[in-house]
Amino acid sequence: MEKFITLTSLAMPLDRTNVDTDQIIPKQFLKRIERTGYGDFLFFDWRQSPDGQKVADFVINDDRYEGAQILIAGKNFGCGSSREHAAWALSDFGFRVVIAPTFADIFFSNAGKNGIVLVRLPEDKVELLMQRAESLSHYKLTVSLADQTVTDSLGFKASFEIDPFRKFCLVEGLDDIGLTLRHAATLDSYEAKHDAAGWLKPKSSV
Amino acid sequence: MSSKTLFEKVWEQHVVAEPEGEPTLIYIDLQLLHEVTSPQAFEGLRLAGRKVRRPDRSVATVDHNIPTTMEGRLNVLDQTAVKQMATLRQNCAEFGIELFDVDSPDQGVVHVVGPELGFTKPGMTIVCGDSHTSTHGAFGALAFGIGTSEVEHVLATQTLPQSTPKTFKIAVEGALAEGVTAKDIILAIIGKIGTDGATGCVIEYTGSAIRSLSMEGRMTVCNMSIEAGARAGMIAPDEKTFAYLKGRRHAPQGAAWDEAVAEWSKLVTDEGATFDRELIIDAATLEPYVSWGTSPGMVAPISAVVPDPAAAATEIERKGFERALEYMGLTAGTPLTKVNIDRVFIGSCTNGRIEDMRAAARVAKGYKVATTVSAMVVPGSQAVKAEAEKEGLDKIFVEAGFEWREPGCSMCLAMNPDVLKPFERCAATSNRNFEGRQGRDSRTHLVSPEMAAAAAIAGHFVDIRTWEVKA
Repeated sequence: MEKFITLTSLAMPLDRTNVDTDQIIPKQFLKRIERTGYGDFLFFDWRQSPDGQKVADFVINDDRYEGAQILIAGKNFGCGSSREHAAWALSDFGFRVVIAPTFADIFFSNAGKNGIVLVRLPEDKVELLMQRAESLSHYKLTVSLADQTVTDSLGFKASFEIDPFRKFCLVEGLDDIGLTLRHAATLDSYEAKHDAAGWLKPKSSV
Repeated sequence: MSSKTLFEKVWEQHVVAEPEGEPTLIYIDLQLLHEVTSPQAFEGLRLAGRKVRRPDRSVATVDHNIPTTMEGRLNVLDQTAVKQMATLRQNCAEFGIELFDVDSPDQGVVHVVGPELGFTKPGMTIVCGDSHTSTHGAFGALAFGIGTSEVEHVLATQTLPQSTPKTFKIAVEGALAEGVTAKDIILAIIGKIGTDGATGCVIEYTGSAIRSLSMEGRMTVCNMSIEAGARAGMIAPDEKTFAYLKGRRHAPQGAAWDEAVAEWSKLVTDEGATFDRELIIDAATLEPYVSWGTSPGMVAPISAVVPDPAAAATEIERKGFERALEYMGLTAGTPLTKVNIDRVFIGSCTNGRIEDMRAAARVAKGYKVATTVSAMVVPGSQAVKAEAEKEGLDKIFVEAGFEWREPGCSMCLAMNPDVLKPFERCAATSNRNFEGRQGRDSRTHLVSPEMAAAAAIAGHFVDIRTWEVKA
């Protein structure tokens, strides 16, 4: 996983609430067996009309935001299906940060595992950033994971909360399985005892 | 000893390690796998040279991609789907995991198969790369959906690092009116608390209305917990739970059964235990519900009209309402019973169990599907299909003009050939009415199986409480 410390980038405003993972990556792209190559399908039904034309007024197709690595969205971003393909598509497209008032739980976890930093800010602050990103040309934000702040060049500054362990993993780019395997001995002894609890066995043969 | 909630009891039983300043490492009793969210997890194991720690604690089936017609299954035309199903087959063989393949009498939607074969049991921790894993909470299990990286983590370690969720008690008290179902309970709850109303929480459903539900109904309620943003939903096991489990293939037998029932009976929230949040709902106030928008929280009672965005509480909500009505092709003020439909889908992990088939058949019996409607019934598993056919339900459906299909997720998410055409309006017993969920520009209305069957016959939504059942 790529390490994350500080990022300054163009910010893309997606002024919609409850953006579900079906919108982030529609089902027809979930049949692939790879982890990469989903960026072209990000927000597919919103960015492309049924006849394959670009939807001109959809923000991803707006040249002003080309190369943006920060996405600003409404509350409950990433709700719905557990598909990690949503995180893969955002990451593959180039996003490293999503700023929103709230995120859905499973998406929150999936994003972290793919090095995407999710920044929760109060609704009024997100609204202000959304307006600035919509109205000002080349509007950039700086997200510092070390300081847990979001800033712009106009004097905006907001702090955000992040679980210290999650921050540590993002900063170090750590692999979860490796971290869990530090507890291998504890796991072995737990499991031996746990296997004896017949009423928790999934199969009659376990 | 301090009082504990059902959730706390199950959680504590599964704590492997609590490293300082890190999430708790919890043990996973069972992982369910399907073709769509597992290939990259197995590939990850291979790349890292890791094994599956406990192949005996995983089971797999094909459900998301699979066609629901016999011809379609014998000759799957979508080559990416063929490859994905073949990949699951190969991965299960390579890592020694039991698979219920397309030709197995045990194949079906993963959340229907788990309980019906007795894999799902009270007190267990269960995960699956599918958000509707919350279904299994109906047995008093802690069951939740995970992403593919977590699927890989469980395959490799049989554990997951998890931060402790908050607890949320929702008590539904009183008697449900005739025609008001488990589906209506959960649609009402989501409508009330919103699609992020339970984010970060495990819900425990309690109260006399929940107790009165069958196991199938309880699964319907827990299934859609995720639509309220919850991590999981749980219902304490009771005599109904034990009666459902007894004699199932993977249920304990003999002395082990008695021991298990004694342990499972402890899985209730203690008197005096506290929750982070509580909500009480009066069952008598509930009606049959229909979703009118593009989020499962956008629901209204069948007696209502399509809501006016001007009545929205906030500016942000108003914009959302307007966008939803435009997408759905609906006008504010239209009575929901005047909304015509083109298609009906009865099935899915929400409402694809035998009781759902019976409920829909009871409504359909002796009627004909409207000439303007195309309707299909997709049983949740081969076992549901076989039982329905034994009871003659398939004949009732076919005589009424419904198509009777093979098991799978089907038009719930339309990954297989069962897709709505643009702008088609569908009464669906599934769980999500998101934009494009059932096909690009498709318009989904979530309802109970009874309401879906009645809509198929009438050609528009009807209040099921006024339906005349023919003997």
